[in-house]
Amino acid sequence: MSRVKKNSKFASVYMGILFFLMYLPIGVVIVFSFNESKLPVAFTGFSTVWYEKLFNNHAMMEALRNSLILGALSTFISAVIGTLGAVGLSKIRWRSKGAMEYISILPLMIPEIILGMVLMAFFYMMGLPFGMLTLLIGHTIFCVPYILMEVKARLAGMDPALEEAARDLGATPFRAFLDITLPLCMPAVLSGSLLAFAMSMDDVVISIFINGPKVSTLPIKVYTQIKTGVTPEINALCTIMLAVTLLILGLYSLVKRINQGEKTDEKQAH
Amino acid sequence: MRRPKNGGVWMILPLYLFTIVFVAGPLLYVLALSFAKANDGYGVTWAFNLENYKRILDPVYQNTFKQSFQLALTSTVLNCLIGYPFGYFMARLPEKKKKHAMIGLMLPFWVNSLIRLYGWIIILQKKGLLNHLLKSLHLIDKPLKILYSYPAVVIGMLYVLFPFMALSVYSSAEKLDWSLVEAARDLGASKTKAFWTVTFRLTLPGLLSGVILTFIPSMGLFFIADILGGNKIVLVGSLIQEQMTRGSNWPFAAALAVVLLILTTLMIMLYRKITNAKQLEGVGWE
Repeated sequence: MSRVKKNSKFASVYMGILFFLMYLPIGVVIVFSFNESKLPVAFTGFSTVWYEKLFNNHAMMEALRNSLILGALSTFISAVIGTLGAVGLSKIRWRSKGAMEYISILPLMIPEIILGMVLMAFFYMMGLPFGMLTLLIGHTIFCVPYILMEVKARLAGMDPALEEAARDLGATPFRAFLDITLPLCMPAVLSGSLLAFAMSMDDVVISIFINGPKVSTLPIKVYTQIKTGVTPEINALCTIMLAVTLLILGLYSLVKRINQGEKTDEKQAH
Repeated sequence: MRRPKNGGVWMILPLYLFTIVFVAGPLLYVLALSFAKANDGYGVTWAFNLENYKRILDPVYQNTFKQSFQLALTSTVLNCLIGYPFGYFMARLPEKKKKHAMIGLMLPFWVNSLIRLYGWIIILQKKGLLNHLLKSLHLIDKPLKILYSYPAVVIGMLYVLFPFMALSVYSSAEKLDWSLVEAARDLGASKTKAFWTVTFRLTLPGLLSGVILTFIPSMGLFFIADILGGNKIVLVGSLIQEQMTRGSNWPFAAALAVVLLILTTLMIMLYRKITNAKQLEGVGWE
C-alpha cells in the first residue's frame, strides 16, 4: 500500500509553494502595517505610527462602533430567533416544516450579491430608511441560519426524554425549555453566535447595498478605501480585523472542544 | 409521545414570521419586479412583460455574460489544474500532516476576503512588492502593469476559490481505495497509466463538484473584478450592482438576479446529484 500512497518530493514542494502563496498576501498586510515607510516595498523599520493615525481617525472609529453594535445586536436577535426556531422545529410536525427550514437557510446558499440587491429593492418598497435598521435586518437574515444549523445539530444528539421528564414532573413547557433544553443547547448557541458575529463583522457585499449614504461599517470603509489606493493605515486596520477574527475563531474552537469533551463525558457516564 | 403534537408553536413563530417576511418576501418581490417595467426616471410600472429578460439578450449585455463566462471558465480551468494536484497530494499525506494541511487550507477562509485581496494589491501594484523584487533582480526594466488587468482578476478569483476546489478533490481522493491502484500496478500498468485509468477516474466526481462549487460563484464575485480589475472588467455581478445604483433600472437588475439565481440553483442541484451518486455507488463516475 505504501508504495502507491507516497508523495514524491515534488508534491511537498508544490504544496509548500501554494501554501506560501495562500498566506503571502495576509503576511504582507500584517508586516507592512508595522512599517515605518509609507511605501510597501521594503521594511524600513518597526513603527506603530499607522495604528496611532488609525485610532485618531474619527470616521474609522465611528465605522468600528457601528460594526460592533451591528454585530452584537444582529447576533443577539438571530440567537433568539434561531435557537427558538431550531427547538420548535424539532417539536412540530407540520407539513411546511421542511420547506420552512429550507427557506430559512437559503440566505447562506444564494450569492451574496443577489441577497444584497434583493434586500435593497425590498426595503425600498417597504419604505424603510436605509441605515442602521436596514443593516440590522439584513445581517440578522444571514446570521439566523448559522445559529439554526448549530443548534439543530446539537439537538439531534440530545435525549428528548430529559424534557419529557421535566414535563412529567409538572413543569410548564416554557419552564421545561428554560431549565432543561436551553442549558443543554447553550454550547451550540454560543458557537453559532460566534460564527454569526464573525460573519456580521466581515460582510461587505450585502451591507453595501443596504447601508444608505450616511452609515458605514468597518468592512465598507475598508472596501471604499481600498478602491482609492493603498495606505499603511488600511494595513493597520486590516491587521486589527485579522486579530479579531482569529480571536473569535480561537474562542469558537475552544467552545467546540469543551462541547465535545462534554459529549464524551456523557458517553462515559452512560 | 403523549404531548400535544404542536407544543413548539410559540417557539417557531418568530422564525416563521422572520423567514416569510424577510427571506421569502424579498425574493418573491424581486421575482415580480423582474416582470415589471422601469419608468424613465425613477420607479416602476407594474405591467407584466418580458422586456427585461429580452433585454439580457441584447448584444451589449450578452457581451457581459460572455465576458463573465469566459472569466469563470478561465479561472475554473486554471483552478482545476492547480487545485487537483493539491487535493490529490493532500489525500496522500500521513494522517497527522493531513490534519495540519486541512487547518492550513481552512484558515484563510476565515480572513475577510477583502483583506486577502488587499494583500494582492500591495504585491501586484505598479510600485508594489513584485515589481520591486523583479527590478532588483534585474529581470525587468519597466514595472509590469498587472494590477487592474485581466490577469489580476484571474489571480484574485483563483485565490478566493482555490480552497473549494482543493477540498473537493481532497474529499474524493481521501476515500479512494488505494489497493485498486496497487492492483493496477501489480498487473503491470505503468505509474502514469494506473493514475489515469484508476485514480483519476475515481476522483473525477471530486473534481466535478469542485468545478460546480467554483464556476457560478466566479460569475457573481463582482468585488474581485472591482478591486483588482479596476472597473475594466464587467461581470454579471457588477452589472447588477451598476443597475441598482447608477443605472437605476431595478426591474432589469431583478431579471439579471433571477437568471443568476436560476443558474446557481441548477448548479447546486447538479452538485447534490453528483455527490449523492458518489455516495451511493461508492465507486466512480460511469
